[in-house]
Amino acid sequence: MVTIENLHKKFGKNQVLSGVDLHIHEGGIFAVLGPNGSGKTTLIKSVLGMVIPDKGNITVHGENIKKNSDYRHKIDYLPQIANFPSNLKVKELIKMIKDLRKQTDEDQRLIDLFKLEPFLEKKLGNLSGGTKQKVNLVLTFMFDSPLIILDEPTTGLDPISLIRLKDLIKVEKAKGKTVLITSHIMSFVEEISDEIVFILEGKIYFKGSIQKLKTKTNQPDFEHAIASILSDNHA
Amino acid sequence: MRLRLYYPITMLKILKYSFYDLMRSRWSYVYFAFYLLLGVVLLFLNNDLSKAVITLMNVIIVLVPLIGTIFGVMYYYNSQEFTELLLAQPVKRSSIFLGQYLGVALSLSMSLILGLGIPFVFYGLFESSAIWDFSLLLVTGTFLTLIFTALAFNIALTNENKIKGFGYAILLWLFLAVIYDGLFLMTLILFEDYPLDKLSLIGTMLNPIDLSRTLILLKLDISALLGYTGAVFKQFFGTSFGFIISFIMLTIWVVMPVLRIVFKSKKKDF
Amino acid sequence: MKHIIFLIAAIFMANSTIAQTIEVCKTCPNSTLKKGIANAKSFDTIVVKNGTYKEHNVIVDKPLTIIGKNYPVIDGELKGEIITIISDSVTVDGLFIKNVGNSYTEDYAAIRVKNSKHFLIQNLVLEKLFFGIYIEKSRYGKIFHNKIVGEAVEEYNSGNGIQLWYSKNVEIEHNFVQHVRDGIYLEFSDFCTIKNNESTLNVRYGLHFMFSNDDTYQDNTFENNGAGVAVMFSKRIKMFNNTFKENWGTASYGLLLKEINDAEIEGNTFEDNTIGINVEGSNRISYKHNTFKENGWAVKVKGACYTNIFTENNFLYNSFDIAYNSKVNDNAFDRNYWSNYTGYDLDKNGIGDVPYRPVKLFSYIVNRTPETIILLRSMFIDIIDFSEKVSPVFTPDDLLDNNPQIKKLTW
Repeated sequence: MVTIENLHKKFGKNQVLSGVDLHIHEGGIFAVLGPNGSGKTTLIKSVLGMVIPDKGNITVHGENIKKNSDYRHKIDYLPQIANFPSNLKVKELIKMIKDLRKQTDEDQRLIDLFKLEPFLEKKLGNLSGGTKQKVNLVLTFMFDSPLIILDEPTTGLDPISLIRLKDLIKVEKAKGKTVLITSHIMSFVEEISDEIVFILEGKIYFKGSIQKLKTKTNQPDFEHAIASILSDNHA
Repeated sequence: MRLRLYYPITMLKILKYSFYDLMRSRWSYVYFAFYLLLGVVLLFLNNDLSKAVITLMNVIIVLVPLIGTIFGVMYYYNSQEFTELLLAQPVKRSSIFLGQYLGVALSLSMSLILGLGIPFVFYGLFESSAIWDFSLLLVTGTFLTLIFTALAFNIALTNENKIKGFGYAILLWLFLAVIYDGLFLMTLILFEDYPLDKLSLIGTMLNPIDLSRTLILLKLDISALLGYTGAVFKQFFGTSFGFIISFIMLTIWVVMPVLRIVFKSKKKDF
Repeated sequence: MKHIIFLIAAIFMANSTIAQTIEVCKTCPNSTLKKGIANAKSFDTIVVKNGTYKEHNVIVDKPLTIIGKNYPVIDGELKGEIITIISDSVTVDGLFIKNVGNSYTEDYAAIRVKNSKHFLIQNLVLEKLFFGIYIEKSRYGKIFHNKIVGEAVEEYNSGNGIQLWYSKNVEIEHNFVQHVRDGIYLEFSDFCTIKNNESTLNVRYGLHFMFSNDDTYQDNTFENNGAGVAVMFSKRIKMFNNTFKENWGTASYGLLLKEINDAEIEGNTFEDNTIGINVEGSNRISYKHNTFKENGWAVKVKGACYTNIFTENNFLYNSFDIAYNSKVNDNAFDRNYWSNYTGYDLDKNGIGDVPYRPVKLFSYIVNRTPETIILLRSMFIDIIDFSEKVSPVFTPDDLLDNNPQIKKLTW
């Protein structure tokens, strides 16, 4: 599905990724974890083509992503901060994204799901953070792409919406899709993900199931397992 | 064939959305209202179309670049998140940035053309001999908008820091509108013992504001320009040669920074 | 008065001698103009019928009226002067004269009047000429409604359309002169009137005065000449209601004044000239009710010029209104309209409340380094001009119009 080979990226003097090798097979939910500044977002953005790597190769569905934009038809991406053009109405934004990608009727179901109907005629600049995040989710899930990348999807969501999001992700998984998630909410990760990719200092420190991580770190629960990795490496 | 068509179409779509977005923003109205007011006040004060056109020319060649740079930089920084949203879509980077650039440049040009055009048309522009001067004014204004918006995008693309970006934008404007001419004048006076006509023409070509000014001089001050002896000058100002060269140079001034936008945007991380 | 007496005398004399009409045509006994003149008596009328007459050195030595019917052609075949008048009271009317001989030693003319009085030259068409109408030491004549079209390209090998030399009291009216060296040239000629002529596309000047005094020219149009009108070393010239247009080029001007005293320049229009008026060493000149429109320089003052007074003129959209090359000023500007004026009129009396300074610092810079003209209308130049306006350093500080008009003047 996604293959990353020897990925390097430096921002100024700051080496963010130093030789990441990662293979993500088709189907399942993968959580990309790591401390702040470990390169999670950079890794995701590299896959999306938003960050141009200094070195290394990335292929998505067997297609090299270098100088290519068409492969993104197969990716749904949820950006971390949902900040949209404030003069656009919600309806128009949805229409615009459909216009840029392809037509779909899926949006109506998602609008109903997140109860966005009353906001459709409102300008994006006047929405609360949570509502914006819901709009963000609609934009992401309305296309039926095989790869879904979610960067901090839970930000600003109320508990009900969070439940709906989890259901949504599970449904997509059931369809055989691949989902990449970054999140700081460990309970969310633990609940939803099949595999963990742990990045530390620009490299893959661990890849495998949560069970494997617990065994490796010799900790009873997931949160402690993560904490022990961090403390071990900073001690 | 489908693939080839795809590129301009997505760019046009982005252009369309940027344009709509801007057309609804407060700033477009402010800009439009400013030109409307300027046109009305000038006509009201002067009672004379041709004099109003001359005053406008002086204002346009200084103000349009200023507004173009500031507005360009502002738009770029304000729409960064939107840009990121677009970047995750299956759209080429060059389409995104060219679309946004054209959206800004066109909405600014439209504010200029409508803002100035409306009062002048009401004042009887179409029956006046000033119509050619006025058209030239609008064409020059549009060129300057295209050039300085492109330069602004260049500055914004290379500077993550907003404050720095704005600073460079103001500096660029100040340099091209005032300082350049000061240096230019000093150079000419310093080397007055040498034949200078080529140098002075080249000096003019290298600054889009001076270039636009020359176009206006060709219209308004041809009598004075022909007082100078230099053969190159004479060929330049005495024939349509000057006009054609000036327009070619203005076009180059648009194309170069636009190409740099494409080039820079391909290499940039977001 | 003189004219009427002359007319009565002429009629009286004509009657007393029983004036005849002699016909000249290709098949007549008088088959050439020369033969006609030879066979005519004083005060006869010679009618030249349509046809081409290849003649030159035709001498008119007695008072005759020569009238062409349907523009007969007198072709000089480039052999020299064509008609020379050496008698008083000669009229030449309605001929088409062409192919005057060219020479570097002799000023051959299509028609020359020499030491004569009371001549009338009218309705002629002159083409392919060296000099056109040459009036030499003659008085009381009229040159009326002639069309002179030359082919001059260079100054050194071309002649003037109408030339007056040591002549007095000549009227030059309704002539149309093109493509010669000077359209009309006056040297040592006083009390002449030049009116309603159109002098265009000439290599040097539309009209040229040298050492000529008390002449008047009015209602003429000078367009597209090397320079419009040059008035040099002359006194008391009146210049009224003329139009000076499109005299473009290096050191080209609508009007050149050089060593001129006591002239009156009124009601003229200077439009689209590189320099409207170029003034050098000229004193006591009154400029009134003139319009200077879209010139490079409306008025350029060089050298010492004293007591030139500019009142109630319109200065419209000139690149420079006034240029000086010195700091000395003894000239006055009053009640003019300046389109470049940016002051205000709070008391609404039609006069601007702050004086106008017609001389810009930039005009000095351009004077010194001509190429800097390319910076005209630049913001930097506006800034230095403004600072000079606020505190004059280089420009004469008393050079100002204290009563600039708010509205364009009409008379």
